[in-house]
Amino acid sequence: MTQATLLTEEQRRSLIGKESKPVSTVIEKGHIRRFAEAIGDPNPLYNDEVLARRSRYGGIIAPPTFLRAIHTEMIGLGTDLPGSRVLDAGSDWEYFEPVRPGDTITAVARIVDVRERPLRVGPALFVIQEITYTNQFGQKVATQRSTLIRY
Amino acid sequence: MGKVLYWEDVTEGQEIPPLVKHPTTQQLVKYAGASGDFYQIHYDKDFALNNGLPGVIIHGALKNAWLGQLITDWIGEYGTLKKLSCQYRGMDVPGDTITAKGRVTRKYVQDGKHYVECEIWIENGKGERTTPGSATVILPSRTNPL
Repeated sequence: MTQATLLTEEQRRSLIGKESKPVSTVIEKGHIRRFAEAIGDPNPLYNDEVLARRSRYGGIIAPPTFLRAIHTEMIGLGTDLPGSRVLDAGSDWEYFEPVRPGDTITAVARIVDVRERPLRVGPALFVIQEITYTNQFGQKVATQRSTLIRY
Repeated sequence: MGKVLYWEDVTEGQEIPPLVKHPTTQQLVKYAGASGDFYQIHYDKDFALNNGLPGVIIHGALKNAWLGQLITDWIGEYGTLKKLSCQYRGMDVPGDTITAKGRVTRKYVQDGKHYVECEIWIENGKGERTTPGSATVILPSRTNPL
Protein backbone atom coordinates (compact mmCIF):
# COMPACT_ATOMS: atom_id res chain seq x y z
CA MET A 1 0.00 0.00 0.00
CA THR A 2 1.38 3.40 -0.87
CA GLN A 3 1.05 6.13 1.68
CA ALA A 4 -0.74 9.33 0.75
CA THR A 5 1.66 12.21 0.24
CA LEU A 6 0.99 15.79 1.26
CA LEU A 7 3.08 17.49 -1.41
CA THR A 8 4.46 16.59 -4.81
CA GLU A 9 8.23 16.89 -5.21
CA GLU A 10 7.65 19.98 -7.36
CA GLN A 11 5.50 21.64 -4.67
CA ARG A 12 8.06 20.76 -2.03
CA ARG A 13 10.89 22.30 -4.02
CA SER A 14 8.91 25.44 -4.79
CA LEU A 15 8.42 26.07 -1.04
CA ILE A 16 12.12 25.94 -0.21
CA GLY A 17 13.61 29.42 -0.21
CA LYS A 18 10.21 31.14 -0.03
CA GLU A 19 10.45 34.34 2.04
CA SER A 20 7.94 36.25 4.15
CA LYS A 21 7.21 39.95 3.93
CA PRO A 22 9.60 41.86 6.20
CA VAL A 23 7.87 43.10 9.37
CA SER A 24 9.43 45.91 11.44
CA THR A 25 8.85 46.51 15.13
CA VAL A 26 10.10 49.32 17.37
CA ILE A 27 11.35 47.73 20.60
CA GLU A 28 9.78 49.29 23.71
CA LYS A 29 11.45 49.34 27.10
CA GLY A 30 8.15 48.46 28.81
CA HIS A 31 7.71 45.44 26.55
CA ILE A 32 11.19 44.15 27.48
CA ARG A 33 10.38 44.63 31.18
CA ARG A 34 7.01 42.86 30.83
CA PHE A 35 8.56 39.97 28.92
CA ALA A 36 11.35 39.54 31.51
CA GLU A 37 8.77 39.62 34.29
CA ALA A 38 6.59 37.04 32.50
CA ILE A 39 9.45 34.57 32.16
CA GLY A 40 10.44 35.28 35.79
CA ASP A 41 13.92 36.65 35.05
CA PRO A 42 14.88 39.48 37.44
CA ASN A 43 18.21 40.27 35.67
CA PRO A 44 18.76 44.05 36.05
CA LEU A 45 20.02 44.26 32.46
CA TYR A 46 16.34 43.95 31.46
CA ASN A 47 14.71 46.29 33.96
CA ASP A 48 17.13 48.59 35.80
CA GLU A 49 18.32 51.57 33.75
CA VAL A 50 20.96 52.57 36.34
CA LEU A 51 22.65 49.19 36.71
CA ALA A 52 22.26 48.44 32.99
CA ARG A 53 23.84 51.82 32.14
CA ARG A 54 26.90 50.92 34.23
CA SER A 55 27.18 47.47 32.63
CA ARG A 56 29.27 46.56 29.59
CA TYR A 57 26.13 47.05 27.48
CA GLY A 58 25.71 50.70 28.52
CA GLY A 59 21.93 50.33 28.83
CA ILE A 60 18.96 47.99 28.94
CA ILE A 61 18.99 45.00 26.59
CA ALA A 62 16.40 42.32 25.80
CA PRO A 63 16.52 38.70 27.10
CA PRO A 64 17.75 36.08 24.59
CA THR A 65 14.34 34.81 23.51
CA PHE A 66 12.59 38.22 23.53
CA LEU A 67 12.45 38.24 19.73
CA ARG A 68 9.70 35.59 19.96
CA ALA A 69 7.51 38.47 21.12
CA ILE A 70 7.80 40.66 18.02
CA HIS A 71 5.49 40.21 15.10
CA THR A 72 6.78 38.01 12.28
CA GLU A 73 4.99 36.75 9.22
CA MET A 74 5.37 33.05 10.05
CA ILE A 75 5.50 31.70 6.54
CA GLY A 76 5.81 28.13 7.85
CA LEU A 77 2.39 28.61 9.47
CA GLY A 78 0.82 29.60 6.14
CA THR A 79 -2.72 28.29 5.68
CA ASP A 80 -1.82 27.40 2.07
CA LEU A 81 0.41 24.58 3.39
CA PRO A 82 -1.08 21.14 4.05
CA GLY A 83 -1.92 20.08 7.59
CA SER A 84 -4.44 21.68 9.93
CA ARG A 85 -2.43 21.16 13.12
CA VAL A 86 0.97 22.66 13.79
CA LEU A 87 3.46 21.69 16.49
CA ASP A 88 6.45 23.84 17.38
CA ALA A 89 9.26 21.30 17.74
CA GLY A 90 11.99 23.65 18.93
CA SER A 91 14.31 26.53 18.08
CA ASP A 92 17.98 27.13 17.33
CA TRP A 93 19.07 30.70 18.03
CA GLU A 94 22.26 32.42 17.01
CA TYR A 95 23.10 35.85 18.42
CA PHE A 96 25.20 38.60 16.88
CA GLU A 97 24.25 41.94 18.51
CA PRO A 98 22.22 42.93 21.59
CA VAL A 99 18.62 44.14 21.11
CA ARG A 100 17.95 47.48 22.82
CA PRO A 101 14.89 49.64 23.54
CA GLY A 102 14.36 52.03 20.64
CA ASP A 103 15.78 49.61 18.07
CA THR A 104 13.70 48.94 14.98
CA ILE A 105 13.97 45.21 14.35
CA THR A 106 12.95 43.80 11.00
CA ALA A 107 12.07 40.10 10.87
CA VAL A 108 12.09 38.05 7.67
CA ALA A 109 11.19 34.35 7.73
CA ARG A 110 12.43 31.98 5.05
CA ILE A 111 11.63 28.32 4.47
CA VAL A 112 14.93 26.45 4.58
CA ASP A 113 13.69 22.90 4.12
CA VAL A 114 10.49 20.85 3.88
CA ARG A 115 10.46 17.11 4.48
CA GLU A 116 7.64 14.66 4.68
CA ARG A 117 7.77 11.93 7.32
CA PRO A 118 5.22 9.43 8.56
CA LEU A 119 3.92 9.98 12.09
CA ARG A 120 1.53 7.71 13.98
CA VAL A 121 -1.28 10.15 13.12
CA GLY A 122 -0.46 10.04 9.40
CA PRO A 123 1.94 11.80 7.06
CA ALA A 124 3.43 14.99 8.49
CA LEU A 125 5.38 17.88 7.02
CA PHE A 126 8.49 19.03 8.85
CA VAL A 127 8.99 22.66 7.87
CA ILE A 128 12.31 24.24 8.83
CA GLN A 129 11.95 28.00 8.94
CA GLU A 130 14.67 30.53 9.67
CA ILE A 131 13.86 34.03 10.84
CA THR A 132 16.56 36.68 10.40
CA TYR A 133 16.31 39.75 12.66
CA THR A 134 18.05 42.94 11.49
CA ASN A 135 18.30 46.27 13.32
CA GLN A 136 18.00 49.84 12.00
CA PHE A 137 21.75 49.93 11.27
CA GLY A 138 21.43 46.96 8.93
CA GLN A 139 23.21 44.71 11.47
CA LYS A 140 21.98 41.15 11.75
CA VAL A 141 21.17 40.83 15.47
CA ALA A 142 19.99 37.20 15.58
CA THR A 143 18.63 34.26 13.64
CA GLN A 144 16.04 31.79 14.90
CA ARG A 145 15.68 28.47 13.08
CA SER A 146 12.59 26.55 14.11
CA THR A 147 11.02 23.27 13.15
CA LEU A 148 7.26 23.26 12.64
CA ILE A 149 5.48 19.92 12.32
CA ARG A 150 2.26 20.09 10.28
CA TYR A 151 -0.12 17.17 10.13
CA MET B 1 25.64 41.17 37.59
CA GLY B 2 28.90 41.70 39.37
CA LYS B 3 30.52 38.28 39.42
CA VAL B 4 32.74 37.34 36.49
CA LEU B 5 32.96 33.78 35.13
CA TYR B 6 36.34 33.28 33.47
CA TRP B 7 36.96 30.67 30.79
CA GLU B 8 39.87 29.31 32.84
CA ASP B 9 37.51 28.54 35.75
CA VAL B 10 35.28 26.28 33.65
CA THR B 11 36.03 22.58 33.20
CA GLU B 12 34.52 20.04 30.81
CA GLY B 13 31.89 17.97 32.63
CA GLN B 14 31.20 20.76 35.12
CA GLU B 15 27.54 21.27 36.09
CA ILE B 16 25.81 24.60 35.59
CA PRO B 17 23.96 25.80 38.73
CA PRO B 18 20.34 24.65 38.16
CA LEU B 19 17.45 27.10 37.80
CA VAL B 20 14.24 25.98 39.53
CA LYS B 21 10.82 27.25 38.40
CA HIS B 22 7.35 26.78 39.85
CA PRO B 23 5.14 27.76 36.91
CA THR B 24 1.50 28.63 37.53
CA THR B 25 -1.42 29.11 35.12
CA GLN B 26 -1.06 32.84 35.90
CA GLN B 27 2.50 32.77 34.59
CA LEU B 28 1.27 31.18 31.34
CA VAL B 29 -1.26 33.99 30.92
CA LYS B 30 1.46 36.58 31.56
CA TYR B 31 3.71 34.87 29.02
CA ALA B 32 0.88 34.71 26.49
CA GLY B 33 0.35 38.46 26.91
CA ALA B 34 4.04 39.39 26.81
CA SER B 35 4.90 37.12 23.87
CA GLY B 36 1.70 37.46 21.86
CA ASP B 37 1.32 33.66 21.70
CA PHE B 38 -2.40 33.21 22.36
CA TYR B 39 -2.73 29.56 21.35
CA GLN B 40 -5.53 28.43 23.69
CA ILE B 41 -3.82 25.18 24.78
CA HIS B 42 -1.77 27.39 27.15
CA TYR B 43 -4.65 29.02 29.08
CA ASP B 44 -8.04 27.50 28.16
CA LYS B 45 -8.43 24.21 30.03
CA ASP B 46 -11.56 23.09 28.11
CA PHE B 47 -9.85 23.80 24.81
CA ALA B 48 -6.77 21.85 25.93
CA LEU B 49 -8.85 18.87 27.14
CA ASN B 50 -10.80 18.85 23.84
CA ASN B 51 -7.46 18.64 22.04
CA GLY B 52 -6.51 15.50 23.93
CA LEU B 53 -4.14 17.24 26.34
CA PRO B 54 -4.07 16.59 30.10
CA GLY B 55 -4.89 20.29 30.69
CA VAL B 56 -3.15 23.53 29.80
CA ILE B 57 0.53 23.05 28.95
CA ILE B 58 3.56 25.31 29.21
CA HIS B 59 4.61 27.21 26.06
CA GLY B 60 7.69 25.60 24.53
CA ALA B 61 9.12 29.08 24.05
CA LEU B 62 8.77 29.76 27.80
CA LYS B 63 10.94 26.72 28.51
CA ASN B 64 13.34 28.05 25.89
CA ALA B 65 13.42 31.36 27.84
CA TRP B 66 14.28 29.49 31.08
CA LEU B 67 17.15 27.72 29.33
CA GLY B 68 18.35 31.17 28.24
CA GLN B 69 18.13 32.40 31.85
CA LEU B 70 20.02 29.31 33.06
CA ILE B 71 22.92 30.32 30.84
CA THR B 72 22.86 34.12 31.31
CA ASP B 73 22.65 33.71 35.12
CA TRP B 74 25.68 31.42 34.98
CA ILE B 75 27.90 33.43 32.59
CA GLY B 76 27.03 36.83 34.08
CA GLU B 77 27.36 40.22 32.45
CA TYR B 78 30.76 39.55 30.85
CA GLY B 79 29.82 36.30 29.18
CA THR B 80 28.16 36.40 25.75
CA LEU B 81 25.52 33.92 24.64
CA LYS B 82 26.20 32.96 21.00
CA LYS B 83 23.93 29.96 20.40
CA LEU B 84 20.90 28.55 22.20
CA SER B 85 18.98 25.51 20.95
CA CYS B 86 16.26 23.29 22.32
CA GLN B 87 13.82 20.65 21.14
CA TYR B 88 10.37 20.28 22.66
CA ARG B 89 10.14 16.51 23.13
CA GLY B 90 7.71 16.32 26.02
CA MET B 91 4.93 18.44 27.47
CA ASP B 92 5.23 20.26 30.78
CA VAL B 93 2.37 21.45 32.93
CA PRO B 94 1.86 24.26 35.45
CA GLY B 95 1.95 23.11 39.08
CA ASP B 96 4.96 20.89 38.44
CA THR B 97 8.48 21.81 39.55
CA ILE B 98 10.50 22.52 36.46
CA THR B 99 14.30 22.66 36.60
CA ALA B 100 16.64 23.96 33.92
CA LYS B 101 19.99 22.18 34.10
CA GLY B 102 23.19 21.97 32.12
CA ARG B 103 26.70 20.62 31.85
CA VAL B 104 29.84 21.84 30.08
CA THR B 105 30.68 19.56 27.16
CA ARG B 106 33.61 21.31 25.50
CA LYS B 107 35.87 24.36 25.79
CA TYR B 108 38.10 25.71 23.07
CA VAL B 109 39.77 28.84 21.69
CA GLN B 110 39.04 29.99 18.16
CA ASP B 111 40.15 33.26 16.52
CA GLY B 112 41.32 34.49 19.92
CA LYS B 113 37.86 33.96 21.48
CA HIS B 114 37.26 31.65 24.42
CA TYR B 115 34.29 29.38 23.78
CA VAL B 116 32.36 26.97 26.00
CA GLU B 117 29.74 24.53 24.74
CA CYS B 118 27.10 23.09 27.05
CA GLU B 119 24.42 20.48 26.99
CA ILE B 120 21.27 21.93 28.59
CA TRP B 121 17.84 20.59 29.34
CA ILE B 122 14.52 21.07 31.13
CA GLU B 123 13.60 18.42 33.67
CA ASN B 124 10.12 17.85 35.11
CA GLY B 125 9.32 16.94 38.72
CA LYS B 126 9.82 13.23 37.94
CA GLY B 127 13.33 13.90 36.68
CA GLU B 128 12.41 13.32 33.01
CA ARG B 129 14.18 15.43 30.40
CA THR B 130 11.37 16.96 28.38
CA THR B 131 13.36 19.61 26.53
CA PRO B 132 16.97 18.84 25.60
CA GLY B 133 19.20 21.47 24.03
CA SER B 134 22.60 23.05 23.78
CA ALA B 135 24.29 26.42 24.21
CA THR B 136 27.54 28.05 23.10
CA VAL B 137 28.99 31.00 24.99
CA ILE B 138 32.08 33.21 24.82
CA LEU B 139 33.66 33.92 28.19
CA PRO B 140 36.25 36.47 29.26
CA SER B 141 39.73 35.04 29.72
CA ARG B 142 42.28 35.94 32.37
CA THR B 143 44.69 36.41 29.44
CA ASN B 144 42.59 39.33 28.08
CA PRO B 145 41.86 41.93 30.77
CA LEU B 146 38.18 43.02 30.84
